[in-house]
Amino acid sequence: MNIIKFLDSLSDPELMKTPVSRRNGLKSLQQKGKELALVSIPFALAATSKKTAAATMAMPAAMFQASPTEVLQFALTLEYLERDFYQMGLDSGVIPTADRDVFGLIRDHERSHVDLLFAALGDAAFAAPEFDFSGGLGLDPFNNYAQFLALAQGFEDTGVRAYKGQAGALIDNNTLLEYALQIHSVEGRHASQVRRMRGEKGWITRNNTTLPDAFSAIYAGEQNTVQLGIDLAGRFPDFGGVDAVTEAFDEPLTMEEVNAIASLFLA
Amino acid sequence: MKKPIINVEFADQGADGKLTSRRRFLKTTGLLVAGSGLFMYSCSKDSLEEELLTADAAADVRAGKAFNLGKGDLAILNYAYVLEQLEAEYYRQVLQGDYYINQASTEERQILQDLYYHEVIHRDFLKIAISSVAPPGKVAPDLIFDFSSVDFDDKTTVLTIAQVLEDTGVAAYNGAGNLLENIDYLLVAGKIVSVEARHAAAIRDLLDPGSTNFASDDVLVDLLGTGQAYDRATDPRDVLAAVAATGFLETKIIANNVPTE
Repeated sequence: MNIIKFLDSLSDPELMKTPVSRRNGLKSLQQKGKELALVSIPFALAATSKKTAAATMAMPAAMFQASPTEVLQFALTLEYLERDFYQMGLDSGVIPTADRDVFGLIRDHERSHVDLLFAALGDAAFAAPEFDFSGGLGLDPFNNYAQFLALAQGFEDTGVRAYKGQAGALIDNNTLLEYALQIHSVEGRHASQVRRMRGEKGWITRNNTTLPDAFSAIYAGEQNTVQLGIDLAGRFPDFGGVDAVTEAFDEPLTMEEVNAIASLFLA
Repeated sequence: MKKPIINVEFADQGADGKLTSRRRFLKTTGLLVAGSGLFMYSCSKDSLEEELLTADAAADVRAGKAFNLGKGDLAILNYAYVLEQLEAEYYRQVLQGDYYINQASTEERQILQDLYYHEVIHRDFLKIAISSVAPPGKVAPDLIFDFSSVDFDDKTTVLTIAQVLEDTGVAAYNGAGNLLENIDYLLVAGKIVSVEARHAAAIRDLLDPGSTNFASDDVLVDLLGTGQAYDRATDPRDVLAAVAATGFLETKIIANNVPTE
């Protein structure tokens, strides 16, 4: 299914009446605490900061910026993808016993992230889409552990870059921005762990990747050395050089770039 | 009673979301440290009111023994620069210690060296960035550190303190995010914080390999009852109080004008 059509369809009011929706979402949340239903919904979407003027002036006029609702919906899709991927992985038996605790924890976190985003979205929430983790490339991650690990790394590194790319769009909403940052750094922990399980460093060096070529987009741009207009290349010859400079900063991906990656896995 | 420079109520948000005392923080980190008197604690429980510099503090600033972070985004950038200086100096000393040189595995050395490089890069980058928008007197100076209480020959000590510094860095950047006004500063803080999180996970995994330690319940907090799946976002004053509690930083940091919203 084409990701653009999918996202367009989210604004279709008919879709909001699908049976597996907010009601079930809230019910499971209510099991976690009554206060959740009271605080969860419109608070998140109201602008709470006074930064609008400054932010607007700082943004190039041509730059597309999502609304907070669109950001949350975007994030929810990615969290569904991760949650379902890890759940299917755990159910399939492809994960060796020694690694089950790690992936169980990661799955738990993604499940929590889904719940938070679903609650924050209220009426704008939606059910999980159908995923196809073959990626349309004949991948078999639930039988081939190396592929499972590779996709896990790809999803986590993408998740980090996806949230990072939307921080600016949340600058007017202190609460949502903080929640997004609190999720984003946990995805960083996940990424570090999975990368190292694959024998890679926990951090990304230039745009290097050991993933299949089809996923090179996940690391495109990570070779950047310019931060706040300052080119750091060449300044740290005794401190790891350009490799370290690129490792020291993670780079954002735009919503379009992330959707292009995620769309490979939509059924 | 001496008039306080700043009222710091160190608060640690536990798993249940309730504020607990500093003692609990120190216990859970396993660190027994003596405070260096970085802050003067007010007798009152009111938090975070702006207070005037005492005559003592002003003298310390003039003598270079204290530094006022400033206000607005500048204060946040200086705050980040302070934390990166702390981390960079810590790892510099780690790399000179017996654990790193004689005991660490190849992977442990690679990780610790990378962490050193990254924190130096963060530190020097922030210095350049701040210096481009603030005059020298408003840029944090080269701070004075004291790691004499640390046994750099002991693996567990070295890694545990690294873990605390990295976890604290994550919480600090997360807590500073919505205090920044300039979107470019927010974006670059975002680029750094996920790397600190990668660091934290790697160090935690070295301490308990292959386990859930990389992102365990002892460091993550709950949001809205959905489960402990989130890193902390800690207010700058609370982070600075935690740093003060370690005794590692001798230069006094004055944070009375750091943004609170």
